[in-house]
Amino acid sequence: MSHEILLTQLLYGSAGLLFFLLGAWSFISHEPLWRKLIALNIMGAGVFHVLVAVAYRGLDTPPDPVPHALVLTGIVVAVSATALALAFGRRLDREAPEHASDAHGGVDDREDGTHA
Amino acid sequence: MLDPLALAVALPLLGALLVTMLPGWSRTLGMLTALATTGVALWLTVTVWSGEGLRSDLGGWGVPLGIGLRADGLAAALVAMANLVALAISINATGYFGAAESSRKFWPLWLLLWTALNGLFLAADLFNLYVMLELLGLSAAALGALTGTREAAEANLRYLLVGLLGSMTYLLGVALLYTAYGVLDLELVAEALTPGPVAWSALALMVGGLLLKSALFPLHFWLPPAHANAPAPVSAALSALVVKAAIYLVLRLWLDLFDGIVTLPAAMLLGLLGAGAVLWGSWRALRAERLKLLAAYSTVAQIGYLFLFLPLLTAAPDGDTRERLLTALVLLALTHGFAKAGFFLAAGLVQKSTGHDRIRELGGAAQSLPAATFTIGLAGVALIGLPPSGTFFAKWILVGQAIALGQWWWALVAMAGTLLAAAYVFRVLARAFNREPTPKCFLTDPRTEIPALLLAALSALGVGLAAQPIAVLLGAGV
Amino acid sequence: MNLDPYLPLAIVLSSALPGVLIFLLGEESHWRRTLLNMFGALLKIVLVGWMIWGVFHGHVYESRLTLMPGLELVLSADALSVLFVALSTVLWLVTTIYAIGYLEHSPNRSRFFGFFSLCVSATVGIALAGNLMTFVVFYEILTLATYPLVAHRGTPDADHGAKVYLAYTMSGGVLLFVGAVWLQTLVGQLAFTQGGLLGAAPEALHGQFIVIFFLLLAGLGVKAALVPLHGWLPQAMVAPAPVSALLHAVAVVKAGAFGIVRVVYDVYGVEFAHDLGLLTVLGVLAATTIIYGSIKALSQDGLKKRLAYSTVSQVSYIALGASVLGPIATIGGLVHLVHQGIMKITLFFCAGNYAETLGVHKVSEMNGVGQRMPWTTLAFTVGALGMIGIPPVAGFVTKWYLGLGAASAGAYWVIGVLLVSSLLNAAYFLPILYRAWFRPPPEHWPKEHVLSKRLETAPSLLWPPVVTALLAVVAGLLAAAPFSPLEWATLIAEREYGR
Repeated sequence: MSHEILLTQLLYGSAGLLFFLLGAWSFISHEPLWRKLIALNIMGAGVFHVLVAVAYRGLDTPPDPVPHALVLTGIVVAVSATALALAFGRRLDREAPEHASDAHGGVDDREDGTHA
Repeated sequence: MLDPLALAVALPLLGALLVTMLPGWSRTLGMLTALATTGVALWLTVTVWSGEGLRSDLGGWGVPLGIGLRADGLAAALVAMANLVALAISINATGYFGAAESSRKFWPLWLLLWTALNGLFLAADLFNLYVMLELLGLSAAALGALTGTREAAEANLRYLLVGLLGSMTYLLGVALLYTAYGVLDLELVAEALTPGPVAWSALALMVGGLLLKSALFPLHFWLPPAHANAPAPVSAALSALVVKAAIYLVLRLWLDLFDGIVTLPAAMLLGLLGAGAVLWGSWRALRAERLKLLAAYSTVAQIGYLFLFLPLLTAAPDGDTRERLLTALVLLALTHGFAKAGFFLAAGLVQKSTGHDRIRELGGAAQSLPAATFTIGLAGVALIGLPPSGTFFAKWILVGQAIALGQWWWALVAMAGTLLAAAYVFRVLARAFNREPTPKCFLTDPRTEIPALLLAALSALGVGLAAQPIAVLLGAGV
Repeated sequence: MNLDPYLPLAIVLSSALPGVLIFLLGEESHWRRTLLNMFGALLKIVLVGWMIWGVFHGHVYESRLTLMPGLELVLSADALSVLFVALSTVLWLVTTIYAIGYLEHSPNRSRFFGFFSLCVSATVGIALAGNLMTFVVFYEILTLATYPLVAHRGTPDADHGAKVYLAYTMSGGVLLFVGAVWLQTLVGQLAFTQGGLLGAAPEALHGQFIVIFFLLLAGLGVKAALVPLHGWLPQAMVAPAPVSALLHAVAVVKAGAFGIVRVVYDVYGVEFAHDLGLLTVLGVLAATTIIYGSIKALSQDGLKKRLAYSTVSQVSYIALGASVLGPIATIGGLVHLVHQGIMKITLFFCAGNYAETLGVHKVSEMNGVGQRMPWTTLAFTVGALGMIGIPPVAGFVTKWYLGLGAASAGAYWVIGVLLVSSLLNAAYFLPILYRAWFRPPPEHWPKEHVLSKRLETAPSLLWPPVVTALLAVVAGLLAAAPFSPLEWATLIAEREYGR
């Protein structure tokens, strides 16, 4: 690990943290499914930013491959998860097509599974 | 040279692929994979038990680039329990799903879940854990929605989203650790870790994310609907195994990785949340109208018990006391795994034969399915903590150490939980004593009933009396 | 091969294994079920006989399972365990025969006998427990095994009675659990040792010992039906008569009383308990229970309810004996364990006979029963006289020793309690006897079943009470003979005080 922390690295990594926090806030406060999914993806992007920032080892040495591998794996996981969530969303959409898409994204039933 | 660690993860993965390619053979291939994987897992456990920890690096790539797997006593104990339960669930599933369309959807997902479980228990580095955690969450959510009802879809979507939030948070923690220390392997990170803002933030993020996945009160809201609406074998897996995986991770982080970092106040907080889980979960279970919902809330409560151990473990000096507490915790986890799986499988049988699982109307079913009722009875014994179940001895140690370490209030919580559990279990069992006609014989559908019965019998009788070998296992393979 | 370590375990398993097998039997397999039942009962008698002989000659029998260092399940045989085990085993055999006859044509017999067997296993486990944890384990298993028996009939009353039973026993169980764990935390795992071991512990712990004693007493007192924890017992009368007989003579109530005896003698030590002032409290509670139970029994018309309150009262004689410092009182309390068991089971068998054969459930319906069912009523008379304390029935021996022991310890108020309670016993038993023998029978019995051509009722219902009544007389007459309950109690007391 190089002790020289470039400004770029710092900005990039902080942006990542910022994305993470923004995504988390959006996830918690927005109802529709698609907004939550975007929020999750932004959170993921934030974490990837941090990892990419960590990978930089200066202009002379090649970047650390481990964080890059982590990011690639993470992207794959995020895509699969998003796909599954969208599949769920479509399934729910099919059942109640007359509801607007922002009404069913937030599942606000009582916690015992019955409808409020 | 066969490597049990790699096999334990590779076999179910291979099985999942085969079953996807040859859907017509899904049941046969699925069962074969189940048997093979369980065999490997038991082999692994026995090897660790006889004194050697196991460690292997896949493909010969060492740290920090390679994927390492390792098994110590704790991992081996959980692997054994998970695989035995999974085998029983597989047998039950061949009968539950039959040859229907849902069977073809079940097996690939189920085997992937199994892969993730074994992979998670055996993983040796933080990122691998993340991948397995995600795989677990995805397959569990998909499996849970197999019934096809709207409630199931909603509940499992919520589960999926909450799970993703949790794992993202965990991943950020991992990224932070890598930023500071440049390694991901569990042992190496543990050595390198020093107290400081990075360590504390990483701890908070990782444990926080995992708490969401372990459904610790008050983050448990997603669990009851998800577990109650899934098909019975899936509910068994979710309650008995999936939740345990997240808790296992919390334990690993708390006890191994962050050993020097964790503070007693933080542990007390978790213990307090655990107490809330015990009381709230048991109370809601008592009020539940449906059998599977009761079981799901019971899981929330049992998770609370596991977290009650944390403040005691953190306050206990190294050595005998810690070992006893850890043994008790593992006894509790194992017993609950067997008991809850048996309970859900029996509940599934009841639901299939009557078409519903409303407790008030269970009378006829309870009498006419004596094996299922007996299973619920045995599992109930283990859930309440009556002897000779493992829960009884675990609570004995919990209460004893709580008094010895001066944290006697946990003892009160445990006892209140016991009484509440007795109330909700016997509320169900009382239905079996009524004026319906006597059944002719004990078993009606052996393929579904016998696995459930064996699981429940293990939980009520086996684990408790096997405390000594389990203690040996935990001490071995360090 | 040395079989000694396996004997206690074998005694417990000799009813547990048949019990499990009975569950798996279909409802219709009468012969196999009866065979399993009788096989288990007889095997147990043989094993227990062997054990009695061995203990008398000084053999040590101990089965031990180590769960963790400091956490062991121990089954061992000392003189006190043998007393309780022998009682349980003999009465189980008799009750099994009775139950087979009583439940003829009843539904769910496999379930009943399965749990019945488990119940006896748990009782024997309690008797043979060698340390407090093992005791608690089997004590809780007993709660579990008896619940289905109380709820057996499936009526709303049975459901309610079982719920009340469960609420009381689980709460008691929790208190017992906490007390036992707390004690173990303070002094480590204590095996039951004659003379008790707590006296040797440091003075600073005495305060906690007192609190622990009350926790243990509360837990044990529920099953032993000490006032005010006795509320479940009258409610549990909804169970079939064999269950009431079992619960009140052998298993549950005795387990509680036995537990109190164990705690006072083999955990605390009777002298240490006296020094802490605990015996006084125990004595007061026991005396209160004795008087209260008898007073309530006076006002009960239901026969089983009257007997239930009588049990509440009578079992506390055991606690009373334990609360007076001195070997004679100890002997009185201990021997009452056996005597009350035999007498009370006789009374309940007879009550069951009246209910099954004539549909008579109330005392007011019992006019002239003696003419219709003379043998049963004779057995009932023997039991009742024993309860009052009239020689030569065994109850007299108990009261004699208790009174003598109280006098030698200077606790004259105990003699007062004994007198008052005997008078009350007479007040609620003699009228029944008068009705049964000297009043004319009614035109029609409430619900008559003719269960046998030649005998007054089915033989399996008739013989058990006759046999146990005979035993009660024999135990009284031959109290001085070797191997009598009295001799055993004397042996135990000698070993307790003789250190």
